Amino acid sequence: MYERLEEITLAEQESTARFSHTVNVCMAAGCMSSRSDAIKDALTKEVEANGLERWCRVRGVGCMGLCAHGPLVSVDTDQSAETLYQYVTPDDAPAIVGALEGPPVERLHCPTNVPFFQRQKKIVLENSGRIDPERVEEYIAADGYTALIKAITEMSPAEVIDEIIASGLRGRGGGGYPTGLKWTTVAKSEGDTKYVICNADEGDPGAFMDRSVLESDPHRILEGMAIAGYAIGAGQGYIYVRGEYPLAVARLKTAIRQARRVNMLGSGIAGTQFAFHVDIRLGAGAFVCGEETALIASIEGKRGQPRPRPPYPAEYGLWGQPTLINNVETLANVAPIIRNGGDWYASLGTAKSKGTKVFALAGSINNTGLIEVPMGTPLREIIYEIGGGVSGGGQCKAIQTGGPSGGCIPAEFLDTPVDYESLAALGSIMGSGGMIVMDESASMVDVARYFMEFCMTESCGRCVPCRVGTVHMHNLLDKFSHHEAAPRDLVLLEKLCDMVRNTSLCGLGQTAPNPVLSTLRYFRHEYIAAITEEAADLYAITPAPPTSRNGATQHAPAQEVAS
Amino acid sequence: MPLRNEKVDPPSDDKRWRIVQATMQRNGFERDGLIETLHTVQESFGFLDDESLRYVAASLNAPLSQVYGVSTFYHLFSLKPAGQHTCVVCLGTACYIKGMPAMLKQIESRYGIKAGETTPDGQLSLLTARCLGACGLAPVAVFDGSIAGKLEMGEAMSRLQEMTEVDHVREA
Ligand SMILES: Cc1cc2nc3c(=O)[nH]c(=O)nc-3n(C[C@H](O)[C@H](O)[C@H](O)COP(=O)(O)O)c2cc1C
Ligand code: FES
Repeated sequence: MYERLEEITLAEQESTARFSHTVNVCMAAGCMSSRSDAIKDALTKEVEANGLERWCRVRGVGCMGLCAHGPLVSVDTDQSAETLYQYVTPDDAPAIVGALEGPPVERLHCPTNVPFFQRQKKIVLENSGRIDPERVEEYIAADGYTALIKAITEMSPAEVIDEIIASGLRGRGGGGYPTGLKWTTVAKSEGDTKYVICNADEGDPGAFMDRSVLESDPHRILEGMAIAGYAIGAGQGYIYVRGEYPLAVARLKTAIRQARRVNMLGSGIAGTQFAFHVDIRLGAGAFVCGEETALIASIEGKRGQPRPRPPYPAEYGLWGQPTLINNVETLANVAPIIRNGGDWYASLGTAKSKGTKVFALAGSINNTGLIEVPMGTPLREIIYEIGGGVSGGGQCKAIQTGGPSGGCIPAEFLDTPVDYESLAALGSIMGSGGMIVMDESASMVDVARYFMEFCMTESCGRCVPCRVGTVHMHNLLDKFSHHEAAPRDLVLLEKLCDMVRNTSLCGLGQTAPNPVLSTLRYFRHEYIAAITEEAADLYAITPAPPTSRNGATQHAPAQEVAS
Repeated sequence: MPLRNEKVDPPSDDKRWRIVQATMQRNGFERDGLIETLHTVQESFGFLDDESLRYVAASLNAPLSQVYGVSTFYHLFSLKPAGQHTCVVCLGTACYIKGMPAMLKQIESRYGIKAGETTPDGQLSLLTARCLGACGLAPVAVFDGSIAGKLEMGEAMSRLQEMTEVDHVREA
């Protein structure tokens, strides 16, 4: 069964064997926006002009991670280690090609013996920046689709699920629900037709992990979906992609076409009885469509409004059929788990959070870009070592994780290991992996207001607490940010947070108060400082102790009493 | 069974309707192809007008209320024609932190329009986005389809100036 893959791998190796040098140009969204396509053209022309095309090839690859220093170009040779170039322009092509056989071009050289490159552990991103995402042959030559063949020829669906359970993999879309358990439920649900949906809506404004995976290694997602389809008994999959990601859509379309051509999608995959088809569905700019029931409504061509659960999509999903919904990164972990075994995956990470996690570093941090680290890596290591510290020489004030459903973690907790439980204990969430670093100039009240404005505009309007509550909370936060608040506004704000969180229909409303609650918990003095003196004189300040997610009372920071 | 596939004639013999038809065909004229179809209409015509909504509704045998409901629910669909040029500024978290709100204010006051509006002469539409997925390069904006990262105020202004000026020169 593996013959076809071996054939392709061999042919690929043969056709590349004659190249002693490979010039890789990042063709993911970040570098593309700085015209890396023009750089690739310039490099190709330069190689041809010098008659080097017999032993040097120029190709486009996916994201190399260090977006802040883009456009990035790397040179692989037979003899020496990879050379990375940063801030490349098309005009640099002659210099880079001229240095192919000599020492690297000093002014463009980006050292790779730094923590950013050395501290990472790449599973999801293992092919990113190493293969051309538009060629299935390169994916296959990098062990691609062997996990799918292994699953459908050597394992029963139950064994596949057991492997996922053993891996301890949890959903990377934000909730952290155990993936194996979800697969088991869908597999057990009664229904002739079942579906697999890949959630590529990536709504968190400030996160770009899923985008990068889709653009850099689209076959990985298709393989994960097909394995999931086999495990739960589905023959059809959908990828729901944000409308804002045209490049990801184009790459996925190419990948689907190629996968069909090599018979890794379609009917009778690799000569077995197993059939699996994948179609793309486009979002159209609605955050709430990342929520699973809204997403299903959107695929059905309707307004993307959530519905109450249960029934969960696992039992009653797309067109009323049992449906498995997983995030892009979750599915990207599936093939390596099947290839290397669940135990291998479970050996990475912490007791309850296994494996690795991809984070998108942004905000006031030097190395903005994409990283992948084992679960449990302390925030400090991520920010100061891998991330290169706070930009502009400032101090880290807080780190926002989890986007509009998450919270701000103050700098004093930088030693916290990053896993689902630790972040939740701090009143934030892991979320999908956006990590925004804020320096001292950031006002926490403004950050809370920003996210509330986001939730207010994105509320789908179906349930009253979220539709009306977010507007009122936003108005209150507006008062605080203009220093026009009265003490009773603080009381009202906390009441509203409590009400909206407990009575909203879907996760959007239930988590909308989180940014407010977490900033109130750690930066309450900023709220109190925003209460006008006249107003404060009129009312005595009696701040209520904030409550954590599980209802336990937290100690308010001491300084609030002082201010 | 509702009658499907009974071909509805497009509003005009504009060739772009064929592209729209092809999308509907690819989805078997099923209603779940509605969002894809609206995307195609918008790509081809720039926006969704009443006529196109009626046509899509009739072709997919969907109630006009559903078609209108969907086209107003999703932010990417526009029921108004866009200006000659568009500038989309990102207001995602990373771009927000990196000072995009101030830049947006500047642009708004320079052109006398608010985000979401088009200048009275139809030259420039100013739009906002929630994260373009290039957060590593924040702040980010898109000028007539070409994305620009690590944007500075001066550069943003001069790009807008260039964009809108070229046409004035051509017209003169
Ligand atoms: C308002 C809201 C937005 C969401 N947005 C996303 C998203 O953009 N991407 C995603 O994968 N999951 C998102 N989710 C979570 C999904 O509902 C769902 O739990 C997830 O896709 C399941 O996949 P996983 O188990 O692999 O994480 C969102 C949830 C809510 C409530
Ligand atoms: S926040 Fe602007 S591109 Fe992501």
